[in-house]
Parts: sequence; C-alpha cells; structure tokens
Amino acid sequence: MSLESIPLSYYLILSAILFGIGLAGVLLRKNAVTILLSVEIMLNAANLNLVAFSRYITPAAASGQIFALFVMAIAAAEVAVGLALVLTIYRNVKSVNLDEFNLFKW
Amino acid sequence: MSYPLLTITIFLPLAGALLLQFIPRSQANVIRTIALLIALADLALGIPILTNYHLGQAGMQLVEKVSWIPSLGISYFVGLDGLSLPLYEMTLLLMVVSVLASWSIKDRVREHYSMLLLLAVGMLGTFAALDFILFYIFWELVLIPMYFIIGIWGGENRTYAAVKFFLYTLAGSVLMLVGILALYFTSGLNTFDMVKLMEAGYHHYLATFIFITFFFGFAIKVPMWPFHTWLPDAHVQAPTAGSVLLAGVLLKMGTYAFVRIIVQILPGEFTKFAPYIALLAIISIVYGAYTALAQKDLKKMVAYSSVSHMGYVMLGIAALTPVALNGAILQMINHGLITGMLFLLVGYIYERTHTRDISKLGGISVKIPVLGGMFVFAALASLGLPGLSGFVGELLILLGSYTAYQIYTILAVFTLALTAFYLIRANQNAIFGIPKMAMDGFKDANAREFFSMIPLVIFIVLIGIYPKPFLNYIDPAVNTVLQIIRGS
Amino acid sequence: MVDALAPFVTTVTPWIGHVMSLILLLPVASFLILVVFGKKMGERSSYVAISAVAASFLLSIIAVLFVMGGGRAELSFTWLSVGDFHPTFGLLLDPLSAMMLIVVTLVSMLVQIFSVGYMHGDKRIGWFFACLSMFTASMLLVVYSPNFAETYIAWEGVGVFSYLLIGFWFEKRSASQAAKKAFMVTRVGDLGFAIGLILLYVVAGTLDMNKIFGMDLQAPLAALIAILIFCGAVGKSAQFPLHVWLPDAMEGPTPVSALIHAATMVAAGVYLVARSYPLFEMGPVSLEVVAIIGTITAFIAASIALTATDIKRVLAYSTVSQLGYMMMGLGVGAFAAGMFHLFTHAFFKALLFLGAGSVIHAVHSQEIHDMGGLGPRMKITSLTFIIGGLALAGVPPFSGFWSKDEILLGAYTSGHTAIFWVGILTALLTAFYTFRLIFIVFFGKPRGHHVDHVHESPPVMSVPLIILGTLALVAGMVGSPYLGHFFQVFITNSHEVEHANMFVMGLSIAVAITGIFAAWLKYGTRLLPSGVISKDNPIYKLLVNKYYFDELYYYVLIKPTHAIAKYVLSFDQKIIDGAVNGVAWVSTKVGSGLRQIQTGYVQNYALYMLAGLIVLIIWSFKILGVY
Repeated sequence: MSLESIPLSYYLILSAILFGIGLAGVLLRKNAVTILLSVEIMLNAANLNLVAFSRYITPAAASGQIFALFVMAIAAAEVAVGLALVLTIYRNVKSVNLDEFNLFKW
Repeated sequence: MSYPLLTITIFLPLAGALLLQFIPRSQANVIRTIALLIALADLALGIPILTNYHLGQAGMQLVEKVSWIPSLGISYFVGLDGLSLPLYEMTLLLMVVSVLASWSIKDRVREHYSMLLLLAVGMLGTFAALDFILFYIFWELVLIPMYFIIGIWGGENRTYAAVKFFLYTLAGSVLMLVGILALYFTSGLNTFDMVKLMEAGYHHYLATFIFITFFFGFAIKVPMWPFHTWLPDAHVQAPTAGSVLLAGVLLKMGTYAFVRIIVQILPGEFTKFAPYIALLAIISIVYGAYTALAQKDLKKMVAYSSVSHMGYVMLGIAALTPVALNGAILQMINHGLITGMLFLLVGYIYERTHTRDISKLGGISVKIPVLGGMFVFAALASLGLPGLSGFVGELLILLGSYTAYQIYTILAVFTLALTAFYLIRANQNAIFGIPKMAMDGFKDANAREFFSMIPLVIFIVLIGIYPKPFLNYIDPAVNTVLQIIRGS
Repeated sequence: MVDALAPFVTTVTPWIGHVMSLILLLPVASFLILVVFGKKMGERSSYVAISAVAASFLLSIIAVLFVMGGGRAELSFTWLSVGDFHPTFGLLLDPLSAMMLIVVTLVSMLVQIFSVGYMHGDKRIGWFFACLSMFTASMLLVVYSPNFAETYIAWEGVGVFSYLLIGFWFEKRSASQAAKKAFMVTRVGDLGFAIGLILLYVVAGTLDMNKIFGMDLQAPLAALIAILIFCGAVGKSAQFPLHVWLPDAMEGPTPVSALIHAATMVAAGVYLVARSYPLFEMGPVSLEVVAIIGTITAFIAASIALTATDIKRVLAYSTVSQLGYMMMGLGVGAFAAGMFHLFTHAFFKALLFLGAGSVIHAVHSQEIHDMGGLGPRMKITSLTFIIGGLALAGVPPFSGFWSKDEILLGAYTSGHTAIFWVGILTALLTAFYTFRLIFIVFFGKPRGHHVDHVHESPPVMSVPLIILGTLALVAGMVGSPYLGHFFQVFITNSHEVEHANMFVMGLSIAVAITGIFAAWLKYGTRLLPSGVISKDNPIYKLLVNKYYFDELYYYVLIKPTHAIAKYVLSFDQKIIDGAVNGVAWVSTKVGSGLRQIQTGYVQNYALYMLAGLIVLIIWSFKILGVY
C-alpha cells in the first residue's frame, strides 16, 4: 500500500485534530509547561499540513518540507526561550500556574 | 517693507524661550528680566508694524508668503488687516503686562516664563496666519502652554480645570480640523490659502457641514452659551498672568475666527445661521450677567462677566451691519484691556488678602487705595461707563444691532443695568465699606504692579474719549467683510 | 493718523473757541493734577481746584457777554467714523448753555470754597477736590453738548463722579450703600435714555441735535423717543418714581449734596429736557407726560418732607419737589419759566445746603431735634438760611417767588387746571415744611448736648453763604417784570412773554404766607399742642415711610433679581456644567467597563484571538461566497 493510497483529506483531518488538541491545551491548561507543549503540538500540526500539501499538490518541489524544517528550528528556539521564561518565573514566584500571573491587567 | 516684521515678532518669543533654557534655574531674576526684555522688544517691534501699515488700504498688508509643502498647497503665509492688526498689537501689550504680573511666581520660574513666551508665539501666530494649516498649528500651540500654566501654577483645583480646559477646547479644534480638511478637499482649489478661499467663495453642498464644525470649534473658544463652562474653572484656577491672557487674548481667538473664517469664507451659511448665533449671543449676555451676579468669588464673577461681554461681541458680529461689526471688533480690544485689568487686580488683591471671597474682602480701599481705586476704575470700564472704552464698543454694537435684532438689542440694553449691578455690588462689598480683615501688613501697589496697569488705563481712557484713530484701522476691513457678505 | 491729529473744525472766531474750551478744560486739568499729586498736596489741593473753577467762572462771564451780544459759537470734531455713522462732538455756546455755564461754575466755585472749611483735616481731601473738579467738568460737558451721544457720555460722567462723591466716606456702610443706590437708580433711568438714543439713531440716522431738531419726525415716534429720553432725566433729576436715591445721597459730604442738588447732577435732567425741547414738541404727548410726572413728584416729595427729621433730608425732598416744579413748567409749555426756576433754585438751594452744612459742622448732628435756638449763636448762617427759606417758600421779592410764580402761571394759562391746583397745594406744603425746619433749628430753646460750644463757622464757609444769600435775594429780579423778563427773553430769544396774572400771583403769595403762618403756629409758638397728629395716623405712617417706595423696589426688583441669579447659577452648575461633566463621566465609565476585559490572563487573550479569528473566517467565507 503506497503513501498515495491514503487521501490528502486524512492528513488534513489528523492535522486539524492535532491543532485542536494543541489549541485546547493552550486555552485550558494552567501549567505553563503544558501550554508550551501544547504550542508545540499546534506547530507540528501545521508542519504536517505543510508537508502533506507539498507532497500532494507540488510533488516536484520540496518547498513545504523545507518550510517545515524552518518551523522546527524556530520552534526549538521558541521552546528554549519559553522554558527559560518559565524557569525564571518559577524562580521568582515558585509556581508555574498561569492563574497567578495577571500582572498585565489594567 | 524690508524686514519680515511679522515673522520676527511671532518667533522672537520662541527664541526668548530657548534662550531661557541656558540660564541656570537659580537665577530667577535674570530669567524674569530676560522675559520682560523679550516682551518689551516684541512690543517695540509692534511700532514699525503700525507705521508700515497703510491706513485706509483694504486687504492684507505686511504679507509674507513662502511655499512650505507645495504638493498639498500649504504655505507659510502671514499678514495683517484691520481685523487682526488691533488684536495683534493688543496681544503684544498684554504679553508685557502678563510678564510683569507673573513676577511674584516663585516656583519653577524658568518653566513659567518659557511657557508664557511659547504662548505668545501661538497667540500672535493665530492672528497673523493666513494659511489654514499654519492657523491650525498656532491655534493648537496656544493650548499646550496654557494647559501647563493652569495645571502647574494654578490654584487648588488646577488639575481639574486644566484638563477640562484642554479637552474641551481640543474637542472644538479637532472639529475645526475636520472642517478645514473638508474645505480643502471640496473647494476644488487645492489650497489652504485663506485669502484665495475668501476670494473664490465656497459653494458646495458641504457648506453647512463645514459651518457646523467651525461653529463648534469657535463657539467653544469664545465661549458662547452653552459651551462656556470650561471658562470659569480655567479662569479661576489659572495664575494671574494666565487669566489675563485667557480673557484678553484666547477668547478673542474665537470671535476673531468667526469674523475671519466663518463670515468671510462661508458668508452664505453665516447669514443663514446668524439669527441663531444672535440668539445664543443674547442668551450668553443675559445668562452671564445673572450668573456673575450670583457669584461669591470675585474672580469667578469676572470670569462670568466675560461670558456676558463676549455675548455682546457675538451679537455685533451676528448683526452684520457696519456699525455693529466695527463695535464688535473694537469691543474685542476693549474686553481684552478691561477684563485683563480686572484679572490683574483680582490677582494683586489676592496676593495680599489670600481670599477672593467678596463677603470676606471689604474696605480694601482704606489700606490699599491705589489698587482699590484701580479696581473701581476697571469695574466702571467693564460696566460700560461712557468716556471709557467699553462704552464705545457697546454703543456701536447696540446702535448697529437694533435694525437686525430689535428685541435682542433692547434685552441687551436692559442687561447693562444688571452688569452695573454686579460690578457696583462688587465695588461696594469688596473695595468700599469697613475693612473686614486685619490689613496691617498690606502694602499698596509697588512700581512693578503699577506699571503693569498704567498702559491699560491709558488705552481704556484714550479709546473711550477719542475712538476715531482706533476705529480708522478697523473700518476698512469691516467694509471688506461686508462686501463679501453682500456678494454672497 | 494724520486725520487724528487735526480733528478740530472751528466754525467761530478763534478767541471765543479758546474761551469755551478753557472753561471745560481747566477743571479737567485740575482733576488730572490732583489725581496725580493730590495725596502729596493735601489741603493745598483746594488752591488748584478753586483757581481752576474760578477761572472757568470768569471765562463763563465772558462767554455770557459774548452770547448777550448776539454771538453763537460751536466747536466740533468727528468723534468716530464707521460705516455711515459719523457723530460730531463738540461744544455749543448758545443762550441756554451760557446761562448754565454761569450757574454751574459759580455754584461749584462757592461750594469748593466752602469745602475748604468743611472738609478741613480729611485725609483724602486731594481726591475730594479732584472729584469735585471732574464732577463740575462733566456737568459743563452736558451743558455744552450738541450731540446726544456726547450728552450721554457727559451724563454718565456726572453719574460716576456723583457715585464717587456720595460714597466719599466709603468706610461708612450707609455712604457706600447710598452711592450704590444712586448709581443703580440713575442707571435704570439711563437704560430708557439709551434705548431712546438707539431708536433715535435708527429713525433719524444721526444723533446730532441740530439735524434732529430740523427734522419732521412722526408725532407718535417722536413722543416715544422723547419719553424714553425723559426716562434718563427722571433718573438723574430724581423724579417720581426714581426719586428714591436722592435723599439717601445725603450720606455724602454736605458740600457735595449742595453741588448735586443745586447745579450739577439733578439739574442735568431738567437741562436735558430743555435742550431736547424741540424733540418733545414734535410729539406733544411727551410734554404731558413730563408735566404729570413733574406734578406728582412735586407733591409727593413735598409731603414726605413734612415728616422728615434730618435737616439734609428735608432739603433733599424739597429739591425733589422743586425739580418737579421745573419739569411741570417744561411740561406745560412754560419753557423759560422752568429754566428760570432751575436758575434761581440753584442759588437758594446751594445756599440752604451750605447753611445746613454750616449748622452740621457746628452741631455735629443732622437731626433737627438735636438743634434749636441756633439763631443767636450763628447769626450769618441763620440769616442767610432764612433768606434761602423765604426764597424756597416763594415769598416775594425773593428769587424763588418769581420763578415758581411763572411756572404756576404757565400751568394756569395753558389750561392745566388740575396741575395748577396741585402746584398751589404743593406751594403751601413747601412753605410749611421750610419754616418748620427754620423754626425748629434756629428758634426756640437749645436742644442736644453740643449747643454750648456752638459758634459761627469760619469766614471761608460764611463768605460763600453771604454771596449766595445775596444771589437768592436778587437773582429772581432778572426774570421779574421789573427788568422786563430779561432772563426769559435771553433764553427763548423772543419777546413774547407771559404777562403777570394778579390772581395767580396773589394766590401763590397767600399760600406761602399761610404755610409760614401755620408753621409758626405749630413750631414757633406753643399755641398748638404737639400731639395734633398721632404717630399711628396712617397718613403720617405713609409719609414717614416715604410711601414705601424703597420697600416696593426691594421686593419687586432687587429680591427677584437675586433669586433669578441664584437659580441661573445653580442651573449653570447642575445642568450645563453637569452635562459637560456628564459627557466626561460617560467616557470614563465606558472606559472602565471596557477595561474589565483586560484581565491579564494570557489565556483569555488567546481566547479572544480565537474568537476574533473565527468571526473573521466566517465573515470572509460569506464575502467570498464559499460555504
């Protein structure tokens, strides 16, 4: 069974489900680390989309795959900065619960 | 004319304000003296302006025009005619007076004088500007120093007053900006040049809309009832120099703009709406007089009397007869001199008594007869005593308005009694009578205070006794205005 | 500016022009000098003021001689020139103004000389003489004025200096109140004057008297304008119903009262009516109004004077009453008689006031019941006062008799019977209250505690009394039949004068004698018991309370005005400013409502972003038509 026998829509649905899970995690979870992980899931959902489209729509070019690689690199950097922030916050307030961080309010 | 006199007089105070920044804060007296010298120099430059001005010649004179942003038709364009020249000269005079009046300010002297000088740039520029964008810039420039003058050196409720003044008048000028832009985009001339717009005449369906935006912008500044409530707060809280300039010059910017912009650029709309403007004017007259009568605070009383007096000016403008319009413009000058003097005196008296409550003052004239006498003089001038300048303006306004608005004019005459009532009552309770407080340490006017009032006294008497030379400047310009009105 | 430097157009031979302007400018110069140096000069201020007014007086004599020689002169210049309004101001010298020049400068001079003694030691004496000078100058300008606008200016000048002089002792609350009242009440009258001027300008297109008098205005319109102008005269000349300020004005120094009552302020109103007489004649109804108002005033004031107990107030009411006579005279068409009464009244009223001043100076009280028996102790004062009293009462040959008789004659011959009889009745009252005053003050036993050291006033005060006494005695002659009605001929410039009517003359002599006799019975002897009129008598109460005019004005005018003012102010603060602050309040509230969204929780923001995104996506789908 070749890769092509699975229709594009399956990939897209999977990507959508992953994105939904990530989004739900970002919006609902309180733990900053979990939220970062959820953001990663969303990014990977996007990556999956990019690769799938590239493979199915323009098989000759690999621009989607390249793009996905870039996203991964940026995501790695983002996780590094994000975790560093979480760590700093944890050092200061001994918590990573986002409910306690509303200093940016009016 | 070889020198750009107007540009020099407008920007000399700016140079002065910059110069002040190089003087150490501790040298308060040096700062004061420099500010005074700048103001005096500016006033002295007013003399060549007068001599270079050709009396009887219609149109703009001493014109300076430099292209500024040609792609948008914006230019640096200044000039004077019979409407603006008297106001311009009066502003120069009142600057000297207010610099002298603020001598007693001890706190942040350098900043205060810088603000005063900056204010002068805005005021002079507003009267001289003949390009809408330039006009708008100067118009807004006036707001900022005045905001700081009220907000920093004002009375106990200064923040409220400053914010109210700023927001209220800013709202007006933003509307005015909308009107200016609408005028620019619809006139088809692609220029902000006021003179060109006047000559071309504006005939477009947006005229009413533009009229309304301008009307709000200027009516707030005048201020006409019911847009007047910023005025008592601002006047009362402002320091003496601030009140003098507010009453003397800032209010005139509104009435001047009515004549310069609305009447001349939208003559058709103005004639259409003139009866309503006259109605608001007569309400201002009567209403201002009644509210002034009910005041317990001397400064507030003078502030509300301004509402009433500016109503006479607006009535004269709305009447659109040569006599009334001449009277209205003369009355702008008179009100500047007289009310300026009243605020000056209230300030000087307050510096001694530390109260402005009419019922707590009393018997001022016993201990400080010069200040007391001057107050009586200014009050009499303000109530339109014949032989002093206020009368001439009022007489012309009333004579000229009768043909247009009979009932209003008769009401305005009756209000003169009310005006006399509150001013005479103030004299009676604050200046005459038995002293109600210990006045042992009080000193009468010192030389500085005395000389800040003398020029005002001289002009009030001169205009009152022989107004012809002054009106000779105004009359040709009034003719031009009325020709535009007739042509519409 | 060149135009401004050469404003004067002289239409006469130069020398009389100089005389005319000097008469006016000397007191003005005195004012300016004293305003600047008065404080330093102190008592010496009087030299400046008196020499100025004396020089004016001498020049006035020259002016009068010039006019007697048939001369007329006018100086004029354009006051201002706007649009089609070019009023020319100036100085006009004709018989009417020449006569007034003499009266004003002479009385003013004598009053100022008297003041040297009366005001001796006052700390603001320089200012006092400055005000007197300018008061005189303003009155001179009223007299001179050939233009209604100029008259109005001078008119208000008279008003303001009277305000300053009545309130001269402003530390005294009653004085500054009286000054305020005088200013406000006359101002109310001036409103009518001002409206009259505006109407006149609209109708005639000018305020130049010469031009207006040459016009032929419609009678109703002319009458309306004339009545409005008369309103000003009612205020200044203290006619009913605006007479209330004059008695209170007695709070001023007595010389000021003398000047106000005799020659300046109150005479200005009568003079104005006389000056605008052609206008009044264009609308004859207005003259009837003048006559009726004058008659009412004459009677009311005389009746109030019956019960007044303050020496100056009695005289004040007598002035109001005599001014009523003058108005009556003008109103019934006896123009020259009205002016003649103004002329004689100026002298005997100045005399009476200065005499009263001399008495007050000696007794230190104004209450007539603190006086009594002053005759032997103050011979000059009492003698001259009695001469003044006889003139006021209208006893021949004193000056007041001739002029009052002329007025009554005018009323009689013109058919104003009711006015004539009220005039006769008022003459009776006048004689009675005048001699009530004289008998109480100068005769009988001394009362009060000051009497022991009462003595005659210094010469600087008594000499003016003697001069005025002489004038009160003889001034009437110039208008009497013995001198061929010289005065009337001079003023009206015609030789048609009323011939004496024995009935009127006899009647007026009879009532004067009756009044004096009644006063003698009541106050000069003990023949009548003192309690003839009970204090509870309603008429007595009405008179003592001056017909309740003050109360009426207080409750009808002043209180409602204050109430309206309070109401308007609270409207201003609550409604108008409330609306402004309301707009600010709404903005603030909307802002603080919106900021509730700004929770600070990042997740909330993310949720909003999501919601916004969804809305955008749906919206764009809709636009693109993709479902």
